[in-house]
Amino acid sequence: MHDTAVSLVELGAVFFGLGILGRFAWRIGVSPIPLYLIGGLAFGQGGLIPLQGIGDFTELAGEIGVVLLLLLLGLEYSAQELVTGLRRSWLAGLVDLALNATPGALVAVLLGWGPIGALAMAGVTYISSSGIVAKVLGDLGRLGNRETPVILAILVFEDLAMAVYLPILTAVLAGVTLLGGLSAVGVSLLAITVVLVIALKFGRYVSAVVDSPDPEVFLLRVLGAALLVAGLASQLQVSAAVGAFLLGIAISGSTAENATKLLEPLRDLFAALFFVVFGLNTDPKSIPPVLGAAIGLALVTTLTKVATGWFAASRVGVARMGRLRAGAALVARGEFSIVIAGLAVASGAVDGELAALATAYVLLMAVIGPVAARVVEPLTRLAQRKLSPR
Amino acid sequence: MNVEVTPLPGIGTRQDFQTRSGKRVGVITHRDGRFELIVSRNDDPDACSASIPLTAEETATLSSLLGAPQLVSHLGRNTGIETRQLPIAPGSPFAAATLGDTALRTRTGASVVAVVRAGTVHPSPGPEFGFAAGDLVVVVGTEDGLTAAAAILAEG
Repeated sequence: MHDTAVSLVELGAVFFGLGILGRFAWRIGVSPIPLYLIGGLAFGQGGLIPLQGIGDFTELAGEIGVVLLLLLLGLEYSAQELVTGLRRSWLAGLVDLALNATPGALVAVLLGWGPIGALAMAGVTYISSSGIVAKVLGDLGRLGNRETPVILAILVFEDLAMAVYLPILTAVLAGVTLLGGLSAVGVSLLAITVVLVIALKFGRYVSAVVDSPDPEVFLLRVLGAALLVAGLASQLQVSAAVGAFLLGIAISGSTAENATKLLEPLRDLFAALFFVVFGLNTDPKSIPPVLGAAIGLALVTTLTKVATGWFAASRVGVARMGRLRAGAALVARGEFSIVIAGLAVASGAVDGELAALATAYVLLMAVIGPVAARVVEPLTRLAQRKLSPR
Repeated sequence: MNVEVTPLPGIGTRQDFQTRSGKRVGVITHRDGRFELIVSRNDDPDACSASIPLTAEETATLSSLLGAPQLVSHLGRNTGIETRQLPIAPGSPFAAATLGDTALRTRTGASVVAVVRAGTVHPSPGPEFGFAAGDLVVVVGTEDGLTAAAAILAEG
């Protein structure tokens, strides 16, 4: 077979395999992300069958996956929602940040990965997977619950935190000085403020630039705008992902809804490739040495997320069971942890083991999260009955 | 009646209230216009015992089952005049316009007598009254006038 034929067959096999994995995942009620990662691990360096010839394509497709993940995250929330969410949940958001970023940072320091590794691992353990959380809440019929707005408000806060964190991480990974790091923070805060103001006051005009009644034209314009902004942001060292995220926030109203509908399948496609590429680049043999650390981190950060949810829900007068539900719902980590680890590893500024730890950690948390959200109620009731027999 | 409106970022809005029997009953309006009926659980008022997804048609049926008797009973019978509740759907061109913009009375002869929003009735809205997606507009007029009004509110 000649080169193109081999590439097509390989790519087809990858997609088909992912389709089977995805179907299996939703059938057993977990997110497909860990299975995509395992798929990548199986085929990559040191894996069972090394793939050849589609490396360039999958690398770029993975990058597009990250851009689309963040673009849709930005589209998900209107600027108004971000501002009210921030006003309402800043305290719970800060508790979330302190409780969940610390374990990751500590483990990185203990493993001797230095301050840069600590910064990256802090992000990996901090950010919940809003995709998994929203899906689980919908599946379990909990959207009407009293604790649900609290959970969503924390996710909103985390997303804004990401918009500040990613540019800082990008700058630090690029090896800039302290002063450079500070200016990156300044630039990113300024950019976010400007985008929020634009989105609140002139969101219509931004939407008008990409909007079109014709779905084909609309798709091309949104995708084009996203990649342009992402590329420019990347050139300015503010991270491609953040550029796409800010564009998503600036697009508002019905344009945002239509864009979400149109881009969701594309995002799923490219994001799946992103997870596979991340898995491909991680040597499965590097996982066992960090497995202990990953399990420890998983246990600790499950408890810290539960504590976060408990704290946030108790502040709005939700009863105990609801507080536990809120905590358990937040446990899942997924796509964004991998995005962060991917940035860190790609820069080459951190220890290669970080990818292995992040992979193992997300493999655990993307499974533990939905399961925890599901079993927290029956388990608590069982415990209550055991404690008070009668 | 105290209807609590809670934004659900990324999903939509929840509107609910406490019934006299102590249950929380409400509606989740998804961003894409889907509705979900929610009823709280007896043993845990924070949680829901039921959350029932409703199509647009089912929502209209349910709301007319619950809402129509009270409104229609105020009008005299056999006058040739009817009342209808017309929804402002999320995609309606008037979802962000005023009552004056619709020019409904000039175009159809039918009059808007009230707007129901979030379970509250706003009686006799003036031309400056601003519509929002999810509003129910109570219109009085002839059969033909109401049909025309429904078409205008849906398509402009």
